[in-house]
Amino acid sequence: MPRRHWIHAWLLLLPAFVFLIAFTHYPAVQTLIDSFWSTPRGRRPSVFVGAENYTRMMADPVFAKAMWNSAIYAALTIPTSIVLSLAMALFVQARFRGVSLMRMAFFTPTVLPLIAVANIWLFFYAPGFGLIDQIRMFFGFGSANYVGQPATALYAVAAVTVWKEAGFFMIFYLAALQTIPTSLREAAAIEGCSRLTFFRRVTLPLIMPTTLFVSVNATINAFRLVDHVFVMTRGGPDNASMLLLYYIFENGFRYWDTAYAAALTMVLVAILTLVGIGQFFAADRRVHYR
Amino acid sequence: MMTADTPFSRSAPAIDCAALTRRFATATALDQVDVALPAGQFSVLLGPSGCGKSTLLRLIAGLDWPTEGRIRIGGRDVSGLPPVDRDLSMVFQSYALFPHLDVAQNILFGLSVRRVSKADQASRLDRVARMMGLESLLKRKPNELSGGQQQRVALARAVISERPICLMDEPLSNLDAKLRAEMRVELREIQQRLGLTVVYVTHDQVEAMTMADRIVVMNAGRIEQVGTPREIYATPASAFVARFIGTPPMNLVPLSDLSAAGAATLPGLGPRVVSGLAPDALAGLRPEDMTVGANGLPVRFVSEEYLGADRLVTVRAGASTLILRLAAAADALPESFHLTWPAGALHLFDAASGRRHSGSTPEPVQGEGSYVATS
Repeated sequence: MPRRHWIHAWLLLLPAFVFLIAFTHYPAVQTLIDSFWSTPRGRRPSVFVGAENYTRMMADPVFAKAMWNSAIYAALTIPTSIVLSLAMALFVQARFRGVSLMRMAFFTPTVLPLIAVANIWLFFYAPGFGLIDQIRMFFGFGSANYVGQPATALYAVAAVTVWKEAGFFMIFYLAALQTIPTSLREAAAIEGCSRLTFFRRVTLPLIMPTTLFVSVNATINAFRLVDHVFVMTRGGPDNASMLLLYYIFENGFRYWDTAYAAALTMVLVAILTLVGIGQFFAADRRVHYR
Repeated sequence: MMTADTPFSRSAPAIDCAALTRRFATATALDQVDVALPAGQFSVLLGPSGCGKSTLLRLIAGLDWPTEGRIRIGGRDVSGLPPVDRDLSMVFQSYALFPHLDVAQNILFGLSVRRVSKADQASRLDRVARMMGLESLLKRKPNELSGGQQQRVALARAVISERPICLMDEPLSNLDAKLRAEMRVELREIQQRLGLTVVYVTHDQVEAMTMADRIVVMNAGRIEQVGTPREIYATPASAFVARFIGTPPMNLVPLSDLSAAGAATLPGLGPRVVSGLAPDALAGLRPEDMTVGANGLPVRFVSEEYLGADRLVTVRAGASTLILRLAAAADALPESFHLTWPAGALHLFDAASGRRHSGSTPEPVQGEGSYVATS
């Protein structure tokens, strides 16, 4: 290509580059650099400390707890929300009276802000008068404080995430299911294929691209969505619902230990990168793109 | 007819439909249809789009349910049975191939769903693939195949089931003209070889005429006529059939237009025929039946289309327009001339009902027509 064309090409790319570098790449690189320096405090300026932030992390029991919690949280919310969203999509893809109302009901949690969702669920969970307690007490069980006790706090938070996400993923599954031609179903019916077999052998493989897309999103969200933790538990009680991103927030903006927060952020970025790459390579072989 | 390479142990059954009606919320797709599709024959359901032919096929397949009426296959009432229990296979217009499965898996889909043994699957796949010329394509995905190859896979999937009835819903409509002509021959050959009872839906009269043992012409949810291609062409039972079959189709003009030109002198149209008809009856003449004569129907030349082997000449007779097919080599036509035809070539239809008039030709006409010698 002639030189002038190169110049034009770069000029056209420049606006996008400026914003991408200023708001994505530069902060990411700066965070990486910060993670090797100490937090500046008062008159003590930041000094290079090498891997100290990382060695401190290895010895930090709260970090270990946060990592473990994040793993459980991801393992719970990702498959549950995917399976639930597919089930809902299968349910409302048929035509029956009130199907639009049903679809809307499933989708509603998605349009609500997560903070509002958290408040709704706080009411569900509220001990004594909350929805769940009222049902429990109706059947003669004692009151339970799901959000307030270490044994259940993480699951209570995870349930909110599933409730919020499943409706969103349902839309993608619904769209994917509607692209499967009815003639495939009819051809299978002529062959004597049961609905379950058809689902397993035709529907599921044909919606694999959507499953890949949804699972990447679910994974990212499992690490990204912590708004409801602020409202419901603040990581407590006793760090029972402490998630990695919330821990980063606490260190960075409550304790102002920005260097340690930067190091934690690098861990999060590394995890997400690995998961993302792994998913694409592992799933790509089993995904059929039309 | 069972031959050595017929994979079927059973002979093909006949299909009987009695008083089939299918109503949808806003329309009646099929209205009291009675039709018998004989065993081991190639039956074509022919009609314009929206005539109910696909609905009839889907009712036979069990993919749709009749509002009223019964369907019998081989004497057994299958009206309430799901498709799989009707012992039939089907080829869809879109082919309905599973895009994520390769050719072999597509062909074997039904067998594997029905848990046929692997060894049996392999031997049947081998035989059918060879029969369809698909051996080298077995590992390909449907989107790596041409339209004709996809068509063949869809057909192979139907044949491998070894079911004696095969339903086909416009299977050639997505192919180009050359391939369509080849597949017509091939389909017919497979049907003959395997002794299948085929029900074939199409709106293409060429497919119907070339492949069918029996054509069922449908219109507006009813059956217009059932017969061999020859019967349908030679003695259309209604004005609709007359207009639908033939390229160009039969000329249909008000009889009064012909009579005005002098009924007594026209072949097949003696005074007794005319007196028995309503004045607004329709007269039908095939383009190739008419010839230029010394006397007969006086017409004026309008235009002509040259087609190579022959030419289509448009003429006016009174208020009506007629198209006739003449040999391309024939002489140029004068401004006005006379048309004549064999006495048996005039078809008469009732204007209101469209039904063929009972006195119409080419049933033998005894002395009613004035016989004008044709050159």
